[in-house]
Amino acid sequence: MKRVAIIGAGPAGIEAAAVLANQNMEVLLFEKSLNTLSNLLDKAYLFPDFSLASDRVDKLNKKLLHPNIKLCCDTEIVDIKKDGDEWKVVDSKNTSYLTSAVLLTTGYSVFDAKRKEELGYGIYNGVITSVDLEKMIKYNQIENAMGEPPKRIVFLQCVGSRDEKSGNNYCSKICCVTAVKQAIEVKKLMPDTDVYIFYMDLRMWGQSFEEMYRESQEKYDVSYVRGRISEAASTFDKKIQIKAEDTLVGLPMKMTTDLLVLMVGMEASCGTKALADVLQIKGEYGFAQSLNCHLQDNETTQQGLFIAGSCKRPMGINETLADARSASVVIMDYLNACQENNEL
Amino acid sequence: MAKYYWNEYQKTIADDKYFYERSCIRQTFFPGSETAFLRIVREELGKDIYDEMNQHTCTGIGYHTDIVPLETTMTVVARLFSLMKDAGYTNYVPSCVTSFGVFSEVIEIWNRQPETLAKTREYLYKATGREFDIPLNLVHPSDIIYKFRFDLKEKMKYSLVNRFTGKPLQVVEHIGCHYAKIFPEKGVGKAEFPHVLAGMIEAWGGEVVDYPERRHCCGFGFRHYLLQENRGYSIANTKKKFESMEPYEPDFIVANCPGCTMFMDKWQYTIAEMEHKTYDKDGYGIPVLTYEEMAGLLLGYNPWNLGLQLHQVQSEVLLNKIGIPYDPNEKYKGASGQILPKPERPNNLLV
Repeated sequence: MKRVAIIGAGPAGIEAAAVLANQNMEVLLFEKSLNTLSNLLDKAYLFPDFSLASDRVDKLNKKLLHPNIKLCCDTEIVDIKKDGDEWKVVDSKNTSYLTSAVLLTTGYSVFDAKRKEELGYGIYNGVITSVDLEKMIKYNQIENAMGEPPKRIVFLQCVGSRDEKSGNNYCSKICCVTAVKQAIEVKKLMPDTDVYIFYMDLRMWGQSFEEMYRESQEKYDVSYVRGRISEAASTFDKKIQIKAEDTLVGLPMKMTTDLLVLMVGMEASCGTKALADVLQIKGEYGFAQSLNCHLQDNETTQQGLFIAGSCKRPMGINETLADARSASVVIMDYLNACQENNEL
Repeated sequence: MAKYYWNEYQKTIADDKYFYERSCIRQTFFPGSETAFLRIVREELGKDIYDEMNQHTCTGIGYHTDIVPLETTMTVVARLFSLMKDAGYTNYVPSCVTSFGVFSEVIEIWNRQPETLAKTREYLYKATGREFDIPLNLVHPSDIIYKFRFDLKEKMKYSLVNRFTGKPLQVVEHIGCHYAKIFPEKGVGKAEFPHVLAGMIEAWGGEVVDYPERRHCCGFGFRHYLLQENRGYSIANTKKKFESMEPYEPDFIVANCPGCTMFMDKWQYTIAEMEHKTYDKDGYGIPVLTYEEMAGLLLGYNPWNLGLQLHQVQSEVLLNKIGIPYDPNEKYKGASGQILPKPERPNNLLV
């Protein structure tokens, strides 16, 4: 039985593990956290169908019950190197594992909004991130800095994405639709709360996204303002004052809000950066680089080393799962080809 | 929590051997500040600072109003640097924040365009026969006070505490735009949460007022004020700041820029005359100090030697709060001992 190491037990890692296990491969799935799917655990609902995130977490985790999968949580992989025809994977406790192929699914981390000092995250309690709001929605505890239900919530798109100042010129892809989803969720829970979304341009690229965007305006009365927020400051009554330019009207504007939600983008996770560095497959912005983005998007410059999911670039869950299945097929092709070569 | 971010970015500030360049306007509006700075550096800190007699403008105001061409500004700056070279110093300390911004900008241009630097050297040599070196360390005097704020605290007789309530004084700090907004990395704490004045306030017992318009322009803005037709913009900006800080009841304002200190001080008189409005409870206005005046007061320097009587908003209310003694009879006594004429009293702003 061929053995494959998968680094990272997020959606991509689990999906690939399940596909490979079903194809009679032995899978070692390494996760440095105590739990799998850590980026999904605090999510309430998923776009575009508002399905329960916990349901998806349960279903993904059930796939790990396959006897061919060995899950190793709390295990950080610190080195991966070629050892003859095999790969040697080494964890932080210096335990080595020999495998025929390695799949990197080390995923993303969210942008640290504290780096955008002018927006006041970590300074003013009324400034939160989309990750914080998702938790509030999940536990139905949406509160302003005074612990009261907010009368107004302002979302700001592209925090740490499409932003030269923070060094991330790329689009994180999922923030636009996430803000629309969260705005609708807020309005469902608190219909009387005013919701504004400040954007540069809204990228409703996925199936049903455009419909969600329209519904948010027609059914839920969410207001959209095209403009960047230049700064946030606390007012005397602990609200957040924001300054922006409404670029459609062409005028500067000032507004106070109970909560300012920063739609934080995706960055390569520390694990992605470190391993991409070790494996010499580091691409732009620290993400892992595939061989080519059209025909060999799961392959790398190293034979037997594959990549999938948001360790390559920002991706939504659907895309991540599809990419993981794609990587599994490529890995199987590779292992079959290796076997044929050996038999010859 | 904010303190963490303000402290995050530091810059290199030389330890000793400074070449000091005075400001064009500070000696008129805050006549004791530069003298106080030199005294603090020499007597309190025991450092070497050179006060050049043959210095001149940096062209800052003319440059920012498009009167002086950039090439001229660079050559004039080069001449100032040549004075530093002649005096044998490498650490340049311009008193004015605008000068600090001009020097930072010119050095940045020279670093990026060596051919421009070569031309400037040629212009200066042809015009004056002088040569210059780019300073190894360019800092604003407020950086030096910030660097040694805890050493100075040891020597201070007073702190920024209200002696009647025992509570920290509420201090509005205002950083000149040209300190860190042009080149954020050249300011302690960078541009969004500069720590240069906040660090002094906190070290000396006060509390920084974080009000919504903290980063807003003081109202000077060069063109806002220098073109008479635009002065409405100037006072409107200052008014916006005062309205924003008013609910926090600040005890005083401290700034590190000549324009900011002057405009936030003097426009209080104008607003009081125009609208019968002052931004403190009792009608005296909010005192606006330079950081040298703040440091000097706490070190026990005579308020009248610091020149506080020449401010528009008078400082006796603040002096009483801190517990600093002063002699009202000496308020308008000149250096020669002669009692000078008293300024007219404003109609609405109490003095």
